[in-house]
Amino acid sequence: MLIPHPILGPRDAQEFTYLGDARLLERPDGLAEDAPAAFHDYVYLRDNPAGVHRELWYHEHGDRSWLVVTRDTVTHEILGADLVKGAAS
Amino acid sequence: MKRIDGGLIDRGQELSFTFDGKAYQGFRGDTLASALLANGVQLMGRSFKYHRPRGVLTAGSEEPNALVELRSGARREPNTRATVAELFDGLDATSQNRWPSLAWDALAVNDLFAPLLTAGFYYKTFMWPKSFWEKVYEPAIRKAAGLGALSMQPDPDGYDRAYLHADLLVIGAGTAGLAAALTAARAGAQVVLADEDFRLGGRLLAESQRLDGAPAAVWVAEVEAELRAMDNVRILPRTTVFGVYDHGVYGALQRVSDHRADPGPVRQTLWRITARRAVLAAGALERPIAFADNDRPGIMLAGAMRAYLNRWAVAPEGRVAIFTNNDDGHRTAADLVARRVPVLAVIDGRADAPRLGDYTVMKGAQVTGTQGRRALRAIEVTEADGRATWLECAALGVSGGWNPTLHLSAHHRGKPVWSNAIQAFVPGEGGPAGLAAAGAAAGRGGCAASLADGCRVAGEALASLGLSVPSVDLPAARDLPAGIAPLWHVPGRGRAWVDQQNDVTVKDIKLAHQENMVSVEHLKRWTTLGMATDQGKTANVTALAVMAELTGRTIPETGTTTYRPPFTPVSMGALGGGDSGPHFRPTRLAPTHHWAAAQGAVFVEVGPWMRAQYFPQPGETHWRDSVDREALAVRRDVGLCDVTTLGKIDVQGRDAGAFLDRLYSNAMASLKVGRVRYGLMLREDGTLYDDGTCARLAEDHYVVTTTTANAGPVFRNMEFARQGLFADMDVQIVSTTDAWAQIAVAGPKSRTLLERIVDEADLSNEAFPFMACGPVTIAGGLRARLFRISFSGELAYELAVPARYGAAVMTRLMELGADLGVTPYGTEALAVLRIEKGHAAGAELNGQTTAAMLGLGRMVSVKKDAIGAVMSRRPGLVEDSRRLVGLMPVDPGDKVVSGAHLFAEGAERSTATDQGWITSACFSPHLDSSIGLGFLKDGADRLGEVIVAANPLEGSEANLKVVSAHFVDPEGDRLRD
Repeated sequence: MLIPHPILGPRDAQEFTYLGDARLLERPDGLAEDAPAAFHDYVYLRDNPAGVHRELWYHEHGDRSWLVVTRDTVTHEILGADLVKGAAS
Repeated sequence: MKRIDGGLIDRGQELSFTFDGKAYQGFRGDTLASALLANGVQLMGRSFKYHRPRGVLTAGSEEPNALVELRSGARREPNTRATVAELFDGLDATSQNRWPSLAWDALAVNDLFAPLLTAGFYYKTFMWPKSFWEKVYEPAIRKAAGLGALSMQPDPDGYDRAYLHADLLVIGAGTAGLAAALTAARAGAQVVLADEDFRLGGRLLAESQRLDGAPAAVWVAEVEAELRAMDNVRILPRTTVFGVYDHGVYGALQRVSDHRADPGPVRQTLWRITARRAVLAAGALERPIAFADNDRPGIMLAGAMRAYLNRWAVAPEGRVAIFTNNDDGHRTAADLVARRVPVLAVIDGRADAPRLGDYTVMKGAQVTGTQGRRALRAIEVTEADGRATWLECAALGVSGGWNPTLHLSAHHRGKPVWSNAIQAFVPGEGGPAGLAAAGAAAGRGGCAASLADGCRVAGEALASLGLSVPSVDLPAARDLPAGIAPLWHVPGRGRAWVDQQNDVTVKDIKLAHQENMVSVEHLKRWTTLGMATDQGKTANVTALAVMAELTGRTIPETGTTTYRPPFTPVSMGALGGGDSGPHFRPTRLAPTHHWAAAQGAVFVEVGPWMRAQYFPQPGETHWRDSVDREALAVRRDVGLCDVTTLGKIDVQGRDAGAFLDRLYSNAMASLKVGRVRYGLMLREDGTLYDDGTCARLAEDHYVVTTTTANAGPVFRNMEFARQGLFADMDVQIVSTTDAWAQIAVAGPKSRTLLERIVDEADLSNEAFPFMACGPVTIAGGLRARLFRISFSGELAYELAVPARYGAAVMTRLMELGADLGVTPYGTEALAVLRIEKGHAAGAELNGQTTAAMLGLGRMVSVKKDAIGAVMSRRPGLVEDSRRLVGLMPVDPGDKVVSGAHLFAEGAERSTATDQGWITSACFSPHLDSSIGLGFLKDGADRLGEVIVAANPLEGSEANLKVVSAHFVDPEGDRLRD
């Protein structure tokens, strides 16, 4: 599997560590009123779609970039990859 | 069979080999199968279940029968197909799955019980009594079944892993593959041409057909020479492309030196080929027709017989019959006639069968039986009018048509589609992106057609890459007739074998149908059809056809089972590559490793590191002698321990403090420059994750430590937080674990020792108190960092120096502290000291515990938002009253055992009454007692109570007294002294 790294070009997936749903980027405010409920959803609820999925990959054996990779989990087609920094949700 | 003239073997290079201990001769260019056949050996194996005598069925990697063990000793390799084992001088081969010998096999008695041993036999028969399965049935079945045996010795050979990138990967160097490779090579593309055979040419080597009026091998040699001379082409013979993976990644196994008596440094190479496009030119596999007793030695596929005749110059001795349903079978008859081998008849199931040469054709006839136990003697032919005759013959070539070798095209959910024209599945839509089949693999066989198709498909791939497509002058060739009429099995009594490797007959498929195995996937698992080393390459399509007939469906409606990698077996050694034994993963050595080794240290693996466990001294006979001495030395004098392996992360930037506030549950931004604070990290779900120290070296500069085990994961999480969660913060992090050697200097005399090495620094308690840190120079100018932190509970420091000075500083400290009784200590004493002090380590931070359980609940700040803080306040965690306590045996003879669970005296030992567990235990030389740490329900309020530690694994129990977790210096005076 090849990941189109936005800076380094196509890189082998073996160089990466996988984390999962990119929703982890949307961390709630821990000081907000509804923090307990928001964190419950944040920590435990994940979508696991058969189809297009935005997911987190870490270029651990590379430049240490965290990426949001948009991947079709059925075909493994990769539709895009962006740095998490500034990746729009 | 016997050797005749001609063929593509090098008669100048005679090779000696043995089979079952008997010596034979062959030639360079032979396979083990062709050489055995040339020596008149037909019986090469015994079948899996019935131990039927079997000879070769094929001349390629699809072989189901001729499985042998190659070599001996540690190199013994079971289940090797004799048809692809390249002969070498000194090859030592043995038959398998027989006892006492291949010719006289005791378990052939199974064949007499065949009516009982049908499909599903095991499932039905060995169900009761249940207890018999493990002790009686399974061992007996395992002994009787199975094929070759492993040597049970470590593999002595080396395996390599390698990577290639290509514009075009051509899989198969036969007619279409060579044309495709030539086209792409001349276009200037980066080409990789892989073929499983040791000689390029594919089916061209097996046919008598001429190209440009010359033997096909001449054209093959010309093309190979041209390709080899080009820098943009890489030819990989003996290389099987066994799987297609995502995004144009192909797995290939190269048998680098399987064909050498001494394999040398690399036996096989596992290639990972990344190709922008691929041409699947893997040809086609002939399939047999199932008829009664069609598995006797001497019966082989017609195309295989032709290959042995033309390529290896091995011809049947005596009369030969051909049984076919298609025109290709006639080619074998024609070639045999041309080589003056007597052809009894071509028995063609088609009423309108053509006659394509000078031989007898029996139209509309079928073979309905055979005779000959260890070699074919006669066949029964039933003609169109129902007349049956026994005819004596020594060999029978069978052709039921050709199945395109489409396997790789079906690896990515590609669905083969049925072609009525060739009565076979051909590659369908879908499948791996960038891969296209050509020639016979695409169902477009025929010599001229394959050549043209190879050029065309390669041209399309090149055009899609934006490369210009050269014109390639192809040799003159002809497409021979290829008519076919379906004939899958001949009805009748007797057993008609479909899958010879797994001993599956037409009757077994019928039985599966009766038992309501409606899908082909059921059929496969119920009968084992299509399993094992050949994966049913000669059997599957025939089985589908029989299944379709039984269910009244068409073959495409019946569908195929899923095609999965690998195409042919790949050895575990090759998959492992060089990553075995000590190379399974990297070993990391601490900076003082060699110094410690010179001191006679005993080492222990800690994650990827080797750490000194203890340093035995003369006279010490037990590890405890050493550990007790080391621990006591730290409490009494001063000890030195290399703690480099703890993770070190340098955190810099304007927002470094704010960033660490988010990562640690306790406050870090408020830490003063020149001070250290112990910190807890939580997982976002509120449980404890890791602990360590944060040292603030400057306003915008911290150095934090992690546990050894979590050095990598914590850094990964910090990067995630930095890039993904708190991207607005001005902060940079870098791992400096390897950059700094860090030595713990612990014990009452540690200050005295350090004052001897640190340059002009005031280390007094006032100037450099507990939890102070700062840059210093040592030994006359070496830059270093000093931290006054203590894991042991004693007055202690950690001294960090650039890693390359680690060993030198350790040596210097040992010299300078000789009069102070300085003692190096290892991880065992380190653990004893921290358990005595009640400090948490990995066993207490096991992913199930909270800060509150450690008695550190107040370290989770409510004033700020840190990772895990919100969830740590969940009622379920807050209400957990288990607390870290110390434990000592009531009876000094008892031991505290970690992993034991805690119960109230007299309580039932059950999950419901479980009150906690013991995390760490050791012998404390300081207290002269076994001690331990554990989490106990309401532990904070139970000091002085006696509880029971139950250890059902060892069947032991002990009464323990609950004490403070801080066995040593509970007030912490020593470390502040």
